[in-house]
Amino acid sequence: MGLVERHVDFVEALRRAGMPVSLAEDLDAVRAVTAVGLADREALRAAYAATVVKRPMHRAAFDTLFDLWFPAVSGGPRIPDARDEEAQDGGRGPDAPPAGVPDDGAALGNFRDRLAEQLEQGSEADLAALAAEAVGRFGPVRGRGPGQQAWSAYTVMSRVQPEQLVEQLLQALIAQPGESLDAVVRERAMRTAARRFTELVEAEVRRLTAEERGEEHVAKHSVRPSIEQIDFLRARRADLDAMRREIYPLARRLATRLAREHHSTRRGSLDFRRTVRASVGTGGVPVVTHHRPRRPHKPELVVLCDVSGSVAPFAQFTLGLVFALREQFTKVRAFTFVDDVTEVTDVFRPGGDLAETMTELSARARYAALWGRTSYGRAFTKFVEKYPDAIGPRTSLLVLGDARSNYGDLGLPHLRTMVGAAKHAWLINPEAKTMWDTGDSAVSAFAEILQVAECRNLAQLSEFVHELT
Amino acid sequence: MSTVPPPEKLFASPADAAERLEGVGYLTDAATATTVYLAAALGKPLLLEGPAGVGKTELAKAVAAATESALVRLQCYEGLDEARALYEWNYKKQLLRIQAGAGDGAQEWDAVHDDIFTEEFLLTRPLLTAIRRSEPTVLLIDEVDKTDVEVEGLLLEVLSDFQVTIPEMGTVSAVRRPFVVLTSNATRELSEAIKRRCLYLHLDYPDAERELAIITSRVPEIRAALAEELVRLVATLRGLELKKSPSIAESVDWAETLIALGTQDLDADAIRQTLGVVLKHASDHDRVIRELKLDRV
Repeated sequence: MGLVERHVDFVEALRRAGMPVSLAEDLDAVRAVTAVGLADREALRAAYAATVVKRPMHRAAFDTLFDLWFPAVSGGPRIPDARDEEAQDGGRGPDAPPAGVPDDGAALGNFRDRLAEQLEQGSEADLAALAAEAVGRFGPVRGRGPGQQAWSAYTVMSRVQPEQLVEQLLQALIAQPGESLDAVVRERAMRTAARRFTELVEAEVRRLTAEERGEEHVAKHSVRPSIEQIDFLRARRADLDAMRREIYPLARRLATRLAREHHSTRRGSLDFRRTVRASVGTGGVPVVTHHRPRRPHKPELVVLCDVSGSVAPFAQFTLGLVFALREQFTKVRAFTFVDDVTEVTDVFRPGGDLAETMTELSARARYAALWGRTSYGRAFTKFVEKYPDAIGPRTSLLVLGDARSNYGDLGLPHLRTMVGAAKHAWLINPEAKTMWDTGDSAVSAFAEILQVAECRNLAQLSEFVHELT
Repeated sequence: MSTVPPPEKLFASPADAAERLEGVGYLTDAATATTVYLAAALGKPLLLEGPAGVGKTELAKAVAAATESALVRLQCYEGLDEARALYEWNYKKQLLRIQAGAGDGAQEWDAVHDDIFTEEFLLTRPLLTAIRRSEPTVLLIDEVDKTDVEVEGLLLEVLSDFQVTIPEMGTVSAVRRPFVVLTSNATRELSEAIKRRCLYLHLDYPDAERELAIITSRVPEIRAALAEELVRLVATLRGLELKKSPSIAESVDWAETLIALGTQDLDADAIRQTLGVVLKHASDHDRVIRELKLDRV
């Protein structure tokens, strides 16, 4: 493949992964690449990154694709052979079989020892070498077609188990007398190294697969969407962590945006004194008028949140975002429900810690269940009973949930009462629109009473909160 | 069409950029050096984004120092307008000019009326100043995310064509292309149009090695062991999902504080006493004390 074709291919792949690379940026990239040359791979990466990646969210996908199109090395699996001569019993020497030793217990033990060492003090390069070796040794699995070679990060991970290694190392650490502070710092460092090792293994698997089946194939199957776009209900554990870290920045961005919009539209009553004072400069002619700032419009908010298992991650984010945005509302009351309702407003302490609040919320969630099966009907009934004065004429009511009530009663009359008392009311549904009204989903029944909004990912969530305030 | 001069060769190569920035006390990583080199070589504005305190503004200053350019700075804020960013007419002087000519009859009027919109009465503000300078210039547009969207429109003309249109005088084109740096804390998403015209660099917290180098170069009195400990601790703090993670500026502050207090060893006591230097939220404070188990020692 020629260089120009490779470039065009690469840009195409970036676009397919959701990056808006315009023609202008494409040309810039070509100029930049010409300016830095091809000798230094990291410079090449920087040149591409500077010209085509304009949002930090896209960086992870960019790096994945860059590694595929411009791999650091090419060829098959990389296993250093000379160095583990002594490790392989019998010392079979440099021509020991490169692959196909997954069940060699001695090799695995030896490898894990070396990995443990590197987890403690390894550099990025050392970890990368180990990851490449791990894939070469423990990663081969049978391909689909005859004679096809395939690689699996899952197999590597289940054999090497870096997490478990970290635990072992920690045991040793705790056994040592001495400073607990040092132990905490080292624990963090080790966990980070273990995570990094996992990423490197995945990258190596992608590289080898690309060698075998082409970059396009790998790009199509393994580039994950940016975390803003990942569905709440389908997110992996690591994604959820990354998403949670994104809530504060997101809330901050939203809050500044809201504040700015309020400011730009403010034009309250005329501030006579300021106007007269300013007119002195223009000889008493009030060229510029000054106005008092208008009182910002701050809605009251009542959030009613389904915390049953199926929508729990969604509930976490929405409550987290509401919590982080608390200053944008005059009053926030939050309730969680499964089939009973509990108030959790007191968990939302001002200035509190987001992660802590979330832990406490999930601990409280179990009070929201009497029988443990979601029942919107019972929850609404209970809500009207227990908190008749929660909703007032200035309240925006948010019901967060998937509207799946186990084919039970929906308590629509009570919901109607609630919605009637509120200024606005929404049901925010984390399910895709295509799933609505399938099975026990009762979206359309609710849609007759309140507005229903689809809210599957962080991007939609922030858009919705923006509309709301 | 405007005649914008071609980009200048400020740096010979990315390595040269890294070396010369280091020469003025700014330690870069490879990606930063490459991007700075490219911004100069392609003559494109450089948009720096990233958390507060990682050295975005410093980078612009360092480029100015390394290339012996003057630094023209436009500090952005909410409500910044054309008059403060670009140019303004000196009303008082114009008024004086008119009054000085008053009474000389009607034929004077034509002269005056052309007269008062000339160079003499023009107050240039940062953007116009940077464009009109014939000496090497670094134009720093700081915290561009703080401005209103209209100012972005104003910047577009300046950044893509390096020219400014003044209705009374016509279009002023750059004599010499300035090296433009825009910084942003990403409190607001900038428009696609701005981003398209810029090279983009996301400056993040440095890796341990570079942070160590930065700290030892800024606070040379610090013992190597203490600096290492500090860097490791700061890295741990950044992993804790705090409201405000400690920045480079804050870890340098911390190092200075420790030196000032004569602290030899970064033990739990020392950390507890000086934590306020790096953490600026009460909830972060509590969190760190709990997670690092500082209360149990």
